[in-house]
Amino acid sequence: MNVGPLIVTFLTGATLIAIFFIPHHLAQKLQSTLLEWAAVVYAFALILGSMSLWAVHQRKIKARGTGWPFSLVTLGALVVMTTGGVFQGIEEGTVVNWLYNAANSPLASTMFSLLAFFIASAAFRAFRARNTEATLLLLTAIVMMFGRVSIGEYVWSGFPAVTEWLLDVPNLAAKRAIAIGIGLGAVSTALKIILGIERSYLGRS
Amino acid sequence: MAGPRWTDRLMGIDRRFLFIVIAVAVTLPLLFPVNLPISVSPRVRAAYETIDAVPNGSPILLSLDYEPDVMAELQPMAIAVLRHCFRKNLKPVVLTLYPAAPGLIERALAIASEAEGKKRNVDYVFLGYKSGSQAVILGMGESIRGLFPKDFWGTPLDEIPIMKGIDSYAGFPLVVNLSGSKIADYYIQIAHTRYHRPLVLGSTAVMATDYYPYLSSKQLLGLIGGMKGAAEYERLIDIVGDARKGMDAQSLVHVVIVALVLLGNVAFLSSRGRGARPGGGAS
Repeated sequence: MNVGPLIVTFLTGATLIAIFFIPHHLAQKLQSTLLEWAAVVYAFALILGSMSLWAVHQRKIKARGTGWPFSLVTLGALVVMTTGGVFQGIEEGTVVNWLYNAANSPLASTMFSLLAFFIASAAFRAFRARNTEATLLLLTAIVMMFGRVSIGEYVWSGFPAVTEWLLDVPNLAAKRAIAIGIGLGAVSTALKIILGIERSYLGRS
Repeated sequence: MAGPRWTDRLMGIDRRFLFIVIAVAVTLPLLFPVNLPISVSPRVRAAYETIDAVPNGSPILLSLDYEPDVMAELQPMAIAVLRHCFRKNLKPVVLTLYPAAPGLIERALAIASEAEGKKRNVDYVFLGYKSGSQAVILGMGESIRGLFPKDFWGTPLDEIPIMKGIDSYAGFPLVVNLSGSKIADYYIQIAHTRYHRPLVLGSTAVMATDYYPYLSSKQLLGLIGGMKGAAEYERLIDIVGDARKGMDAQSLVHVVIVALVLLGNVAFLSSRGRGARPGGGAS
């Protein structure tokens, strides 16, 4: 087995943890250098992502796969936005700026707002008082939905106070427990990776 | 032969009918606004008071990390916070860690600065986008110029008077992050916990409850959650922006959804009472 990546992971992980706790200027300088490296890696990730997007959709178009015209639109958008951005910039009055305001913004907002329709439909069909737990969930959801909008106070003046209590007591307790659990899990996973116990990131189990 | 009972008909209703009802509930209040009064929650008031307590003329770091998908919630919030900063004569230094955000931020800055009579690079700076989220947040603790040598429009930071003497979190009495993602976590872990900067957060409504523990631990000094939070902030600075206009629609949609859920349950309980297997379709 190739131990090179494991050594690199161990040294990088151990160094980053150590310099977090060392206030010496040399440690800070090393951290700045590593951060610059990270920024370069992120930039390459963007290039890699674009190349991957191109390859996936090009294959689909060639094979005339399901929905290939959408792939054509994707690649067209990639070419127009990249070329426009590189040669004309992204300021007001440029092609990129116009496409962003006229196409990207409204399309992205529309996709997200479709959730309202699906949530309404799903709530009507699936939100049922089937047992005690489901009934509690249902009642809490109704209180929250009224308590989080202006009209709730008109329906019953107590909705905002009950909503605040739900958020500040049961919600806070649950969220805090989850956050502590996630934190411990993240530390444990990080240690397993640094110490070479968890190796799935190398592409094998 | 008897036709299907009303409960069966109700539970088998075409979902397109529900979509029309929701569309009407969203559209009507936007066309004919009622301007329902909005009460201010303690979390939003805390955010407002924290920003309000920053000494006049101070720089303030604003990281606006959202894209068009959540602009309905976070764009009015950004405009309201920016207008509050401008009224206090604070100097927002704005940046984003999302590649599709600069267009929205340019728009928010244009609206807020025009409304309050402020000028680019005199009253505010827009650093633009930088890739690397967590690395950038960490890097700003050491050197902002190393990450953003020029502003969004290409002016070197050294030529912008507001940036004189500012090169890290230490130069800002307050950091504000309006985020539609986990980037908020990094600001809490790095800008606040590591670099000890007071932090105020604005988030989408669905994310807001995740950050309540940080409020009680004082890692966050205020939290503006969703369109409701943005509307509360608009009320505090006495403007009627998109959030307050949108709250009428959100109120009616919530009422419609609650009515639908209640109707569905009445039909379900009625079906169960007569021993029938409750129906239902795809959502």
